[in-house]
Amino acid sequence: MTLFLDTLFNGLAIGSVLMLAALGLAVVFGLMGVINMAHGELMMVGAYTTYVVQNLLKDGPLEALFPVYILLAIPCAFLVSGLAGLLLEKTVIRRLYGRPLETLLATWGVSLILQQFVRSVSSAFIIGLLLAVAVGLLAPRFTPAVWWRQTWTPLLRAGSWVVAVAAGVIVGSGLGAVRALHQPWFSARNIDVTAPQWLRGSIDLAGVTMPSARLFILALTALALVAVNWFLQKSAWGIRIRAVTQNRSMSSCLGIPTETVDALTFFVGSGLAGIAGVAVTLLGSVGPNLGGNYIVLAFMVVVLGGLGKLWGTVVAAFLLGIVDYVIGSGSLLLIWPTMPAALNSTITFFATTSMAKVLVFILIMVFLQFRPAGLFPQKGRMVEA
Amino acid sequence: MLIVAASLILPAVLPPFRLNLLGRFLSLGIVALGVDLIWGYTGLLSLGQGIFFALGGYAIGMHLSLNSLEPGQLPEFFGLYGVKELPAFWQPFASPVFTLIALWTIPALVAGLLGYLVFRNRIKGVYFSILTQAALLVFFNFFNGQQRLINGTNGLKTDTARLFGELVGSDAMQRNLFWLTVLLVVAAWLLCRWLTRGRFGDALVAIRDDEPRMRFTGYNPTAYKTLVFTVAGALAGISGALYTVQSGIVSPQYMAVPFSIEMVIWVAVGGRGTLIGAVLGAVLINYAKSLISEQLPETWLFVQGALFLLVVTGLPDGLVGWWRQGGLQQLLAMLGRAPRASTYPGLDLDPAVQAEKSSFLSQRPGGEP
Repeated sequence: MTLFLDTLFNGLAIGSVLMLAALGLAVVFGLMGVINMAHGELMMVGAYTTYVVQNLLKDGPLEALFPVYILLAIPCAFLVSGLAGLLLEKTVIRRLYGRPLETLLATWGVSLILQQFVRSVSSAFIIGLLLAVAVGLLAPRFTPAVWWRQTWTPLLRAGSWVVAVAAGVIVGSGLGAVRALHQPWFSARNIDVTAPQWLRGSIDLAGVTMPSARLFILALTALALVAVNWFLQKSAWGIRIRAVTQNRSMSSCLGIPTETVDALTFFVGSGLAGIAGVAVTLLGSVGPNLGGNYIVLAFMVVVLGGLGKLWGTVVAAFLLGIVDYVIGSGSLLLIWPTMPAALNSTITFFATTSMAKVLVFILIMVFLQFRPAGLFPQKGRMVEA
Repeated sequence: MLIVAASLILPAVLPPFRLNLLGRFLSLGIVALGVDLIWGYTGLLSLGQGIFFALGGYAIGMHLSLNSLEPGQLPEFFGLYGVKELPAFWQPFASPVFTLIALWTIPALVAGLLGYLVFRNRIKGVYFSILTQAALLVFFNFFNGQQRLINGTNGLKTDTARLFGELVGSDAMQRNLFWLTVLLVVAAWLLCRWLTRGRFGDALVAIRDDEPRMRFTGYNPTAYKTLVFTVAGALAGISGALYTVQSGIVSPQYMAVPFSIEMVIWVAVGGRGTLIGAVLGAVLINYAKSLISEQLPETWLFVQGALFLLVVTGLPDGLVGWWRQGGLQQLLAMLGRAPRASTYPGLDLDPAVQAEKSSFLSQRPGGEP
């Protein structure tokens, strides 16, 4: 019984992180059909936001708030990641709606840029970047308007951006000579977020040791789930989002601002990635490569659950978590010590973290052979469904 | 043809190190041809070509580590993990004939099986991409975790092994391998051209542009897709083997997620749907990568990310596609040198007309589904 509860708890704990990571994807991918490969990097942005919030509160005028910094970090991470996602939507993804494969490649490019950005960001870098953006955006304002209505205007536009980037790089590397500005903010090393005192212990219940951090993540997951569900089902904007998902042109005819709805959906989905990032910091140190560890598994959760179904995502995430834990820990051996030798060696073979992943992925693929549309498929009459 | 001419001259001109680099990049051109077949022509974006690439590499790597041993000896790393007996699946790789066949048939078989299972269920578009990426992770984790079978993370070194009594890493050997690579690139290019020219090529493009319509006219897309995926897998295997012998090592890093996505960007930059573009893109991007990584290592990811964005938003047909669609003439037209249009030259310079034309072109059917 204890073993069962232990397995259940650990499986749920693994599943809850997956769930948080996949929740944002379920909104963006499930509702909008947009593949966002930078989702993992938005999680990383959330994790780094947590780190910044922690350092801001650690010593300074707001020291009294330090014990609850993690609670403050949640809305901050939501906002920062959400705004990053919003920027991404407005600049890149907007141009690519209806071309999912192109979106995939473009967001992969964004994820590479974000990874390198946190590695090499420094004060000098930021000044150079801001300068480049300012020059690029303001160039049309401060040059004769006639220039921007010529046949060679596209060349001028590209050229002005090249000049802007060059200016930014030159200023940035020039300022890099100043030591104080050159210091990278995070560098390529992993960062550590120390959990506050009240999240460090563990609680014993019915013979199962539950670390408080895990419990906190479970609670956070439940809260996020309830909030998203309420938002999509009950709030006015949630209803608009679902309407646009179902029939874009009809919604548009009825006066729903579809572009705002797209932006909002993306904002919420990206913000949820930020919250997942906060949760991940509690599990260990985080680095620029954080995103890659979660993104594929999170996509698998959404595909396994079935698109556009929040409920499917929940079930899939917890199922994967439990299966992963059962295989990875080899706890089947404990339940049934006298199993045949062949089976025993097979289970031992897969009883490591990386091999458990191998088996989980294989199981998912086998499952999709029988239910290609996931656990809870959407009903429809389209040929393409 | 230009490539052939260049490759005849270059070995005389370039120092061995650069020649070796070029040989490697040309061998990557073969895998790019495969990616172009499945993505550029058929519209299947596979993010898992690294599987087949690495399988080919491992096949030749296993053969080379067995080849240079005395009878009865085991490759060195087995000693570290206390393995006394050669695992059964290593045995056939002692034979060079078997290896030469296996290095493209094994990837082809794996690709065929994977492709059949996926395409049978009509999984396509981004689902296919995600599934291939998951498959890639399966193989990566497996090869990475199995120290006792294939030396795990460390991979197999091939540059100190012997082939025909000569060190694989030696300059003379590398030069011969370069010739072989050029020969095989041309052969692969001819194969792909033959495949894409005839009715088979038309069927592939039909799948890309409107699969349901093709199905309703009585064709079975599954067979075509499986076949083309198999061919791409075989090409990736050959490419991986060539790359392995020229770089001197095969490791699970060949199955890392970013590498497989990079293959797509080579094709995208060169020009998808154009075979020469795939090879060109692979060589160009990799040269740029090695140059930039030598000078300013931390900027390469920025450049690469920007390339992804630029190609997707601004240059959807790649360099070769841009050239073929008269990109240079458009550029000249922007500068005021009007091309000689047959009817009414003023139209080609009028921004309003051009905007109308481009919006019309972007709405035409046949974009991505």
